[in-house]
Amino acid sequence: MSQAATGVAPALAWRSPWLAAWALMLAATLGLWLGKDLWPWVVKYPRGWVVPLKGWIGDFMKWLINDFDLGLFTFKEFTRGIAWVLEWPQWLAKGLLAKGFKIPTGEDAFWLTPTLSWLGLVVVLSLLAYRIKDRTLALLIGFCFLYLAVFGQWDSAMITLSSIMVAVPLGVAGGLALGIQGYRSPRFERAITPVLDLMQTVPVFAYLVPILFLFGFGPVAAMIATMIYATPPMVRVTLLALKTVPEEIKEFGRMAGCSRRQMTWKVLVPAARPTLMVGVNQVIMLSLNMVIIASMIGAGGLGHDVLASLRRLAIGEGLEAGIAITLLAIALDRLSQAFAVTSPAGRHGQEGKGFVARHPYLIFALAVLLGATLLGLVVPGLRDYPEAGQVTTGPFWNDLVRWININFFDQFEAVKTFLLLNLMIPFKRFLLQMPWTAVVAIVALAGLQLGGWRLALLTACLVAFIALTGNWEKAMITVYLCGISVVFASLIGTPIGIWAARNDRVHKVVQVAIDTIQTLPSFVYLMPVVMLFRVGDFSAMIAVIAYAIPPSVRYTDHGIRKIPPALIEAARTSGCTRRQVLWKVQLPLALPEIMLGVNQTIMFALSMLVITALVGTRDLGQEVYIALTKADTGRGIVAGVCVAFIAITADRLIGAWARRRKQQLGLE
Amino acid sequence: MRQAKIKTRLTHLAIAAAFAAAAGLAAPTWAGAVESKDPIKLTIHDWTGQYVTTHIMASVLESMGYNVELVTADYIAQFAGLESGDLHVAMEMWETTGKEAMDASLATGKTVDLGETGMDAIEEWWYPLYMKEKCPGLPDWKALNDCAEAFSTPETAPKGRYLGGPVTWAGFDDERAEALGLDYEVVHAGTDAALFAEIQSAYERKAPILAWVYTPHWAPIKFDGEWVEFPRYTPECYNDPSWGLNKDMAYDCGKPRGWIKKVGWKGGEAKWPGAYQAIRNFHIDNATMGELIVKIDLEGQKLEKVVAQWLKENESTWKKWTQ
Repeated sequence: MSQAATGVAPALAWRSPWLAAWALMLAATLGLWLGKDLWPWVVKYPRGWVVPLKGWIGDFMKWLINDFDLGLFTFKEFTRGIAWVLEWPQWLAKGLLAKGFKIPTGEDAFWLTPTLSWLGLVVVLSLLAYRIKDRTLALLIGFCFLYLAVFGQWDSAMITLSSIMVAVPLGVAGGLALGIQGYRSPRFERAITPVLDLMQTVPVFAYLVPILFLFGFGPVAAMIATMIYATPPMVRVTLLALKTVPEEIKEFGRMAGCSRRQMTWKVLVPAARPTLMVGVNQVIMLSLNMVIIASMIGAGGLGHDVLASLRRLAIGEGLEAGIAITLLAIALDRLSQAFAVTSPAGRHGQEGKGFVARHPYLIFALAVLLGATLLGLVVPGLRDYPEAGQVTTGPFWNDLVRWININFFDQFEAVKTFLLLNLMIPFKRFLLQMPWTAVVAIVALAGLQLGGWRLALLTACLVAFIALTGNWEKAMITVYLCGISVVFASLIGTPIGIWAARNDRVHKVVQVAIDTIQTLPSFVYLMPVVMLFRVGDFSAMIAVIAYAIPPSVRYTDHGIRKIPPALIEAARTSGCTRRQVLWKVQLPLALPEIMLGVNQTIMFALSMLVITALVGTRDLGQEVYIALTKADTGRGIVAGVCVAFIAITADRLIGAWARRRKQQLGLE
Repeated sequence: MRQAKIKTRLTHLAIAAAFAAAAGLAAPTWAGAVESKDPIKLTIHDWTGQYVTTHIMASVLESMGYNVELVTADYIAQFAGLESGDLHVAMEMWETTGKEAMDASLATGKTVDLGETGMDAIEEWWYPLYMKEKCPGLPDWKALNDCAEAFSTPETAPKGRYLGGPVTWAGFDDERAEALGLDYEVVHAGTDAALFAEIQSAYERKAPILAWVYTPHWAPIKFDGEWVEFPRYTPECYNDPSWGLNKDMAYDCGKPRGWIKKVGWKGGEAKWPGAYQAIRNFHIDNATMGELIVKIDLEGQKLEKVVAQWLKENESTWKKWTQ
């Protein structure tokens, strides 16, 4: 008791000056707003003061693309060279899986090689799953790929798979290399951290245009955009994984006299493998997230099918193609996870035998694949899944949406109108009227309180940048849309997370559900939402909420499960009810983790902006999208960086809060 | 023994792959019936009509012996690629939406106008026929203000709601509403898909809707409706504020109707003169295009099949383009 009291007293004393500071800030904001006629520049950033940064960046990019000469070759030739190199693995994968190779047989004729048989692939992949894990995984993999065939998604899925097959290993290898370099040299780590932040938060549309110019229009440019987007988590995870390798293992490596290279590859990386696989999982998930956007710039495949179906409002067909993407993600993820935990045991003691004897499974798999493919030359049903056997549930979904639309539109409309008029529009007006100077000051004060001078300075500069580049109004609309969505997503996600944490069966179901939401392209549910709620902010909000719920669920679940059981036991023995345990012990202790979930929710919400631009919002996402369609590099990058700065500001403030809170709770 | 067999098989495959690779690299030196075997890159965007024209053209060029590649690219952003020679031909550039960008690109001298497709583009404010009961004055635009209430939604009331195209389609609807003093709020759909999703939803419920619709497209075929009749477009209306009803503002008229043209990379003219001539000759009319679009978008037939069937049935038509 006395211990608790002494803990509270300094906390209060520490808080009261801050309370005063916040009251002062509130008064100042009100004063600024009232004085808007005296000094209009305080409230609204004057147009004349806008720094023409987008023009400068546009000019710089033009110079980079057209005139930058590296001596032997120009920069553009250099990037085109990279594109040319990357084209080969893609050509190979596509030839095998989707298109076949053209083998010239005469001056003007060629023979098109058959693609790998669908049946052969299904069998071989299931066998692989059985070999590295168990029958359950084999069934799952078999089911995923059979779905592709039966629902007529095979050809498109193979195009998507062939580009993922190239992008993911390259992303993983690149991320691993950067991460190892960062582990070896703290200076390098400091240098790449802000770059990683930008790569993860600048919307993809912002840098598509320069990528198209530098790497050419087509699948390779799409692949490079995918890699830029999907690699950063791998770098971060590598850094974290290497840092958390236990000291004893490192010590052992040093005692065994490892060289630096041996230390890295024989000791650190194998020891860190479980954590590294989290990074691989992220690369796979994010790459498949990019499938839709990549198809907009020429990747084709499933993403193209989703877009094309929805354009003619065939919602069911779009959903089927979208689910194909999800299943592909799940199959690849589970396979790679299983692969990571298989021990290399079993190889020992076979050194004397021949290649065939050592690899019976490999040989058998290759034989099945080749056999089925060659047989496919004779039996067409083996080569391509017979069209007569394909099924579609398309009409069902289309009818369902129509039925809901006709029977329930008015009810939806009532809810929507209520929320719009009483919550969304007032909040939007409020934010748009906030003096920009006050917003900068508020963010700085929050930074000061939570993390000290450096954080205050950083966040103030980031926010001021947005005003300086003339994107203030759009940024405020962004904050409004994302802010409201994040609140709703947290309100929905946190209780589900709590539920999942306290019940293992719910936990399992919820895991599958959020994995699905995360990989199902949001475009699939965006169009039905538009049909039911019309074009506008409300539809955008629903889409953002749907996409942003998973992290909120995940982190809450994880945060509560992570609490040491001893603490809960202690609470129980001191007579707490189940409810008291939840409210007095579990939730307070899990709060830092839950707030990190909120942080991720914000990141997810911001990354959805690009998609919501497609239903006509007027925020930074739309600005980026307009810049993309006008091929205006500078405008897109500046608006994209503004989005990134909002994200980084939120991230730093919440991160600082969570760290402080964890220290107070004695968790760190 | 089995091992050896597989090895030879693998070797064969490797040789075959190497051959194919070499062929790919050495393609320009191939001498065939056509000037160059390098693939001609046709761009595809995001509406069905454009897929159809592009696929027809691609098939025709292939029948002539050219190699063709279809590349997805943005409607406006593609000009950068057409100028640099990364992309070669765009089959549909609409006067109504792409004229400014096309003129700017032609002015660089790196692209070339390949003539009209024969289709006429109409883009205008559109309403379903059942709205005429609620607003009998239509299609005259002067009736719009009296019916603003009928076209309103709770967020816009008492103003009417007009659903415009994506901001990137330009179209000057905000300006038009202001210049003509229309009591309407202009809402921009972010994409083609969102625009027609909302129209379909309203049509199913017989609910009020006023939106930007264009043709050739499946929507005006599937839904009964009419275009609003604005004062007829002239170039002066857009350029000269003093023209028309509103003496102080431009855009006090309807949207332009006009050609749909083909545009190409200038360098292609010398490289594939035969192909460029065939592209110039390409011709199709609104009715034909409408039929094909209906088959694909409304009847759900596969695009490739529809195009192949059309080519089979109209061989004499497209054979003429190739001569």
